[in-house]
Amino acid sequence: MNDVNEIDKKILKEIEDDSFSDKEVYNIRKNGKSIERKTNPFINIVSKEDNKGIDVYVNENTLLGIVHIPVILTESGLKDVVYNDFHIGKNANVIILAGCGVHNDEHKDTEHDGIHRFFLEENAKVKYIEKHYGEGKGSGKKILNPVTEITMKKGSSMTMDTTQIKGVDDTLRETRGVLEENTTLVINEKILTNETQNAKTIFEIELNGDNASTHVTSRSVATDESYQEFISNITGNSKCYAHVECDAILKEKGRVKAVPEIYAKNVEANLIHEAAIGKIAGEQLVKLMSLGLSEKEAEDVIIKGFLK
Amino acid sequence: MLEIKDICFKSDHKTILDHINLKLDEKKFYVITGPNGSGKSTLAKILMGIVKPDSGKILLNGKDITSLSVDERAKLGLGFAFQQPVRFKGLTVYDLLKIAVNKEISKMEACQILSKVGLCAKEYVDREINASLSGGELKRIEIATVMARNPKIAIFDEPEAGIDLWSFGNLTKVFKDLEIESEGITIVISHQERILQIADEIILLEQGKIRKIGKKEEMFEMIFEKPKCCKEDGERCE
Ligand SMILES: Nc1ncnc2c1ncn2[C@@H]1O[C@H](COP(=O)(O)OP(=O)(O)O)[C@@H](O)[C@H]1O
Ligand SMILES: [Mg+2]
Repeated sequence: MNDVNEIDKKILKEIEDDSFSDKEVYNIRKNGKSIERKTNPFINIVSKEDNKGIDVYVNENTLLGIVHIPVILTESGLKDVVYNDFHIGKNANVIILAGCGVHNDEHKDTEHDGIHRFFLEENAKVKYIEKHYGEGKGSGKKILNPVTEITMKKGSSMTMDTTQIKGVDDTLRETRGVLEENTTLVINEKILTNETQNAKTIFEIELNGDNASTHVTSRSVATDESYQEFISNITGNSKCYAHVECDAILKEKGRVKAVPEIYAKNVEANLIHEAAIGKIAGEQLVKLMSLGLSEKEAEDVIIKGFLK
Repeated sequence: MLEIKDICFKSDHKTILDHINLKLDEKKFYVITGPNGSGKSTLAKILMGIVKPDSGKILLNGKDITSLSVDERAKLGLGFAFQQPVRFKGLTVYDLLKIAVNKEISKMEACQILSKVGLCAKEYVDREINASLSGGELKRIEIATVMARNPKIAIFDEPEAGIDLWSFGNLTKVFKDLEIESEGITIVISHQERILQIADEIILLEQGKIRKIGKKEEMFEMIFEKPKCCKEDGERCE
């Protein structure tokens, strides 16, 4: 990989677990351009015009495909907008890993807006893992605004794990789903903000078919003077099931606002929302301290477990 | 030796503990019993450092530990199983047991610890300590975390609470073994006759005061308040 330098490798390590040499299918995007790509007979990747993004085509009946599409931003002041479309054929089963790492050592803001659209054909199955990470000493902000749009045909299912643990100054995350019958959409979101960071996350899900179901779990920790907003908007138009859980831990001057909205338009719709915001429970700290941990160690264990 | 010297505690001007004095010796199994609200849990929490007494001292082998924090006391060998164990979203039973023993252990070893308290271990090690666990399961995991530390001073607050009688039979054996094997001091708060039977000494607490301390024979009458005589000749009681 000639275009991948040491900083890139470090960032890749944060958003991916290991090296790319033995990976099946991947596309590495750096500073607005695709720099490395590998495909196979079942999964194809095609660039859109002007490096605006990629189309990933997964053939029907692909048994277990794994696609890596990491994004690296190291050029301070760059605003990278990318449109990635995933076309998942009937009965195909794939794992997609989309990490995004920003390294900003300078004063200009760096921004990456990834617009990811998923089209799941009948009975397709997707596990989508998204990791966001920022680093660098510069005063320039690291901004990430991911949009995820999921269209699910009959019988398809998708799990989306999304994590933003460190270093992103400003983020607006929008996730939208439209579900036909017998579909399942599971979303697990983990967010930790510190300093003066802002994170806003919006879920809009429409359950249109009978036996469509969704489970959204958001766990977040807001420390220092950071601010988070959780908005969910679930509409049940059919005999469907939705469960939204928003759990937040506050530390120092962290603030969290949760705005849940559930709208049942069908008598058979069953929609549940739970939200709990608060500091770490005193009893939890005391229990761990009674096992020999200091208060600080106990806090770390609780938060690490919570965001695991 | 653990000495409790003149411990007093008030909450909202209400006396919860009233001049408590006790001397507890190694290798002995103590049961603290008494009505609800008599101050048993409060006393246990004061021993562990969770609640600060208004006055009085706690000495461990002559050393004053009254001002030590919970974790400092844990490091000196005190262990406490809560009456109402707390849940942790995201922490597994395995995570908690590793913290308890303060070292890396294999899942096998974690299983062995759990099977002691009657949990079919394989099913439990990877479970999260969240709302999906029943009260009884949670309680047994709580007991296991304390047992696993092999504390010099082990305090169990109503270990029977929330556990069905059938499972509790097995759990009694764990406490019996503790009575035989432990080199340290064991303190169990309980109302269960089967636990009281194990005691070397029973401490009866009432309204924040120690009403009586003694061997089980002499204490049983007082606790269960059975009629005193009833000989064959039909003499009436009292
Ligand atoms: N933190 C507290 N604040 C106010 N009252 C308390 C507190 N803790 C315990 N109490 C009261 O102290 C008394 C003793 O409680 P506790 O020690 O839990 O008794 P026991 O364990 O013997 O049932 C009760 O009347 C209880 O309501
Ligand atoms: Mg109690």
